[in-house]
Amino acid sequence: MTNNKTLSTPSPPTSTRLNNLHVGQPLERFEDNALLSGRGLFIDDLGVKPGTLYAAILRSPHAHARLLAINSEKAAQLAGVRAILTRDDVKRWSAPFVVGVKSPMECWSLAIEKVRYVGEPVVVVVAESRYIAEDALDLIDVEYQALPAIVEIVRAGESNAVVLHDAVGSNVVSDRSFRYGDPESAFASAAHRVELTVDYPRNSCTPIECFGCVVEYLGDDGYDVLSNFMGPFSLHTVMALALKVPGTKLRHRTPPDSGGSFGVKQSGLPYIVLMCLAARKAGAPVKWIEDRLEHLTAATSATARHTTIEAAVQPDGKITALRYDQIDECGAYLRAPEPATFYRMHGALTGAYDIPNLAVHNRVVLTNKTPTGLVRGFGGPQVYFALERLIQRIAVELKLDPIDVYRRNFVQKNQFPYRATAGALLDSGDYHAALAIGAGDSRLARLRAKQDAARSEGRLYGIGFAAILEPSISNMGYISTVLSPEARAKAGPKNGAISSATVAIDPLGGVTVVVASAPAGQGHRTVLAQVVADVFGLQPKDIQVNVEFDTEKDAWSVAAGNYSSRFAGAVAGAAHLAAIKLRDKLARAAAQNFGVDTSSISFENGKIFSRMQPDKAQPFARLAAGFHWSPALVPADESPGLRETVFWSPEQLAAPDADDRVNTSAAYGFVFDICGVEIDRDTGRVRIDDYITTHDAGTLLNPALADGQIRGGFAQAVGAALLEEFRYGDDGAFLSGTFADYLAPTSCDVPEPTILHLETPSPFTPLGAKGLGEGNNMSTPVCIANAVADALNVKEVTLPLTPSKVMAMVGINAPEGRAQSALPTMPNQEGRGLSAAGTIDISATPENVFDVLNDPNKLAQVIPGCHNLTAIGKDHYRADVTIKIGIVKARYQVEVKLSELDPPRSFVLSGKGISAMGVSEGSGRITLAPRDGGATLHYDYSANVSGKVAAIGARMLDSAAKFVLKQLFEKLGQVATGDSVPPTRPWWQKLTAKVK
Amino acid sequence: MKPAKFDYIRADSADEALRLLAEYGDEARILAGGQSLMPMLNMRLTQPQVLIDISQTDDLNFMRAEDGTLRIGAATTQARLEWREQLKNEVPLVHQAFPHISHFQIRNRGTVCGSIAHADPSAEFPLCLLALGGEISLRSKKGSRLVPANEFFLGTLRTAREPDELIESVSFPLLKPRQQFAFDEFSMRHGDYAIVAVAAVADVEGVTFAVGGVADRPVSQYWRGVSGNDMDAVINDYSQSLDAQNDQHASAIYRKHLVRVLGKRVIERVLS
Repeated sequence: MTNNKTLSTPSPPTSTRLNNLHVGQPLERFEDNALLSGRGLFIDDLGVKPGTLYAAILRSPHAHARLLAINSEKAAQLAGVRAILTRDDVKRWSAPFVVGVKSPMECWSLAIEKVRYVGEPVVVVVAESRYIAEDALDLIDVEYQALPAIVEIVRAGESNAVVLHDAVGSNVVSDRSFRYGDPESAFASAAHRVELTVDYPRNSCTPIECFGCVVEYLGDDGYDVLSNFMGPFSLHTVMALALKVPGTKLRHRTPPDSGGSFGVKQSGLPYIVLMCLAARKAGAPVKWIEDRLEHLTAATSATARHTTIEAAVQPDGKITALRYDQIDECGAYLRAPEPATFYRMHGALTGAYDIPNLAVHNRVVLTNKTPTGLVRGFGGPQVYFALERLIQRIAVELKLDPIDVYRRNFVQKNQFPYRATAGALLDSGDYHAALAIGAGDSRLARLRAKQDAARSEGRLYGIGFAAILEPSISNMGYISTVLSPEARAKAGPKNGAISSATVAIDPLGGVTVVVASAPAGQGHRTVLAQVVADVFGLQPKDIQVNVEFDTEKDAWSVAAGNYSSRFAGAVAGAAHLAAIKLRDKLARAAAQNFGVDTSSISFENGKIFSRMQPDKAQPFARLAAGFHWSPALVPADESPGLRETVFWSPEQLAAPDADDRVNTSAAYGFVFDICGVEIDRDTGRVRIDDYITTHDAGTLLNPALADGQIRGGFAQAVGAALLEEFRYGDDGAFLSGTFADYLAPTSCDVPEPTILHLETPSPFTPLGAKGLGEGNNMSTPVCIANAVADALNVKEVTLPLTPSKVMAMVGINAPEGRAQSALPTMPNQEGRGLSAAGTIDISATPENVFDVLNDPNKLAQVIPGCHNLTAIGKDHYRADVTIKIGIVKARYQVEVKLSELDPPRSFVLSGKGISAMGVSEGSGRITLAPRDGGATLHYDYSANVSGKVAAIGARMLDSAAKFVLKQLFEKLGQVATGDSVPPTRPWWQKLTAKVK
Repeated sequence: MKPAKFDYIRADSADEALRLLAEYGDEARILAGGQSLMPMLNMRLTQPQVLIDISQTDDLNFMRAEDGTLRIGAATTQARLEWREQLKNEVPLVHQAFPHISHFQIRNRGTVCGSIAHADPSAEFPLCLLALGGEISLRSKKGSRLVPANEFFLGTLRTAREPDELIESVSFPLLKPRQQFAFDEFSMRHGDYAIVAVAAVADVEGVTFAVGGVADRPVSQYWRGVSGNDMDAVINDYSQSLDAQNDQHASAIYRKHLVRVLGKRVIERVLS
């Protein structure tokens, strides 16, 4: 594969004589009646076998800790608990998950020696109900030895960082460099070099239905799994290997409906294995439904990326070379299909631009966060956030109109199919035309006029652009680009993207379609009915489509599943080809019956007839019936059945070549976005004033569904741009465990975009269609960021652009006066800020206070909610402590330690506790100064809170920590004074309170 | 996300609820609309022995304009108050705050008194009650007492209610002649917890300014005879004096900034 190789002329579409009566029409969805009237069949709605048990998972409250001991005896004795699955079982019955990178890192379905992220599964309880199972979780004691956590992406890769996997010896699990063309010379001779460093955060697309599975262990027949896992079914192999069974002993079925997926339901993979083991241990079917807290905490996340990108640019804005230096942060374990976030986009790293020289340095680091995986847009938002921000910077730094920069760099219409520098074979497109459509009809001119007007009034108005390639139908071999060419040669080539479909006709002429796709609400049944109806000259309502998927009965291969926008191009294409195959068989039989040439046979309006002799005609059902009832009429060289399966793989998807060039996807759509934003100077709120998105996804199979996909992706992208982020504390505590803290946009927060289309059919897919489900997830975050950068004239923009963050960029303009000095010039971090300092006057002397410290009985009175306190060493105690804040109550097992005792001046009081609510740790110095027979007590504390309470209550942690500390030291003062009576409302206050 | 075991008792009257509270004390929780309690139960943040459901009690489901106040009973939903036609003439501040209070589905179930009892520092009802100088009527088997809002809210989720007491009703003072009101709020999304919410109440003598979402409880300040010209400096000083909380959505500095920006807006509105 080289740049100069002559490309074979694309083959003409398979079908040349189709009356596309239905394809291309905005048909209403067949799925909606059931969904809107509550007849959808989702995993949690389906009945289960009698005797099915329910699982709950004990998860790590620590970001990083050694797992010393697990004591589950009390839990096992709880009535209704039927099995407890621990790491010993997991080690006995399974193997670590395989992954595309050779590394001694081990990832199991339960934590083995260490926990490495908050939410990592530690124990599974199987019980007669989920309630009992959760009760049992609270009875399990796990002994952890906390370790420092690594959360920062750049820091994780440094040589002296805390290491997650001792066997690996470093947090860098993959490091590869690539070079295409002659980037060094291009940079050396460049008129301008434009460089930018950007970060893409952790976020997700959160389906309304979480993951769920019902699993049974069938002994010699292996495991039977019903789950809403979405594929890719290459991961079926990963699961079977982990369970140490042949693939045939792991039957996977999907329920009829799945409540959204967006890539995220790929993350069910480890749970399927875990629940298989739990069912095996329990000896009964086991059902597990992921709850929202589990989903947000531990399902998955988009991969965070730190990129330094640089362009070599000519004075007119023409880019001659690009250099990427990228670090992907994949969480605590590299889990298949990672590090695919990098490699999905690899062949197309030059974007929609004709750039002949490219250098890439990719490193994958691990951190103490949830492992990453597929999230709609997979790999795209990360690349384009760097590349499209860079295009904006080129325009700014070279004082060019961004539109001119785009025009000068776009691949030209006459270059298609175009081999991009890193190997992508761009199938078709007309990027200049798409730009002209988007900007046309005075749309851009109007926005610019608006901006001028706003700016003249001192308002902050910005315009942003983004131009992106939207890859679809992933090459199953792209992930092997992570290996060196030598390692690839040794392992053997991987490539292709096999899709499959089966079309059958029953004795009454009814047509059924079955595909291996596992959709999640996109409307596959509707589109497949349109596609197949056109082949047979029938109505879509005559076509019965079944999208349930069963690995034991259906035709499938490794690429099966609902990802990489592969439906329109690959799955619908395969269904089309299967229908054609079946139609041709019918046509041959009809030609024999009619005594005409096969080529003259047409299928229209439910009839099969000869175009040459229209009186030679038969109803479709009649001819089909003949195949079933009178095989004797079937032409001699034909088989009698009416069922055809087609496997299709685009021939353009070759394995990566020896020079690391790889055609990562079969089709490349194009999106050009324009957006206008206004920023409120007072609050920092970003308002999207106008958004225009122009798509070229080849042939549109159903324009209404296409627009629906665009709106959905756009809404999620608005979330990524302005609201959504999985936040972690410096200690690795997870802080976004509810939808009150992980802020997905609601319909009120999403404006209606203007959607425009251009259709340049793909020559490489059967129907000319390309995927369009992910474009705006890729283009919109950076388009909005570019608009904000334009409005504020800033270089550094990080997502999400929350009001607090944007206001810090606008600058808080405090009025003159006392407050000026009180306002720090830099806004402080929006972290949890769990530190508290305070001074209280107590009537006890410093000596009295030290007397308390030396007396465990008095110390027990000081600690609020302390049930008992026993010494476990000098100045070292263990206690049960109930923390109560309003109606929130948590019982912690606490260790308290006094150190650096310097009587009567100062000491350090530290404590750490664990409860079902999570873990917390705090340490602070207390200094005492004598004052009028008493003392002034000053405390200065920092605390960490992790686990459930941090995940769901982050908003209140600051005030809660302050309250607990204040309570502690007031009590210390009281006890030291000798006033050990717990303070209650004084009697006189009760009396004086107004009595009704 | 399933609650720990609890007993559920539906009280048919206030008296029955009080009897149960006297029996179970801190081991009982009052269930009215359940909009905060149910998620907290499911997350096991709270694990009471008994839930006392007062949502079906007739004698706690009332709204009465009497003695210069609008009294709202413990079982009265926010939606019922929202749709009270006279509300904008009776308690204009609450009327103004309603569009900011969560979502209609939550207002349909959630109660006014439940919000007061829960004492979320960002909630709108506690803020309005404080700004207006309203009162909370607490009742136990032993007796009743009225607590002014400024003594009721003690901190995040903490109030002056004793374990055996029920918030029987809350009273919002009715509009007095020549009073002006303004409410404003900034939240991440429509209906979210407030990052900052502010209320201003002006009469001929001065202005009460109240702030929610910033400290660990709603706080307020009264300025007598202050004119529009002094307002900037006064609000600025006040915002700096607040013990603002940091969280992942907004820094303490940003919150104080919003107090100035929104504060200026509402005070200008009530003084104009």
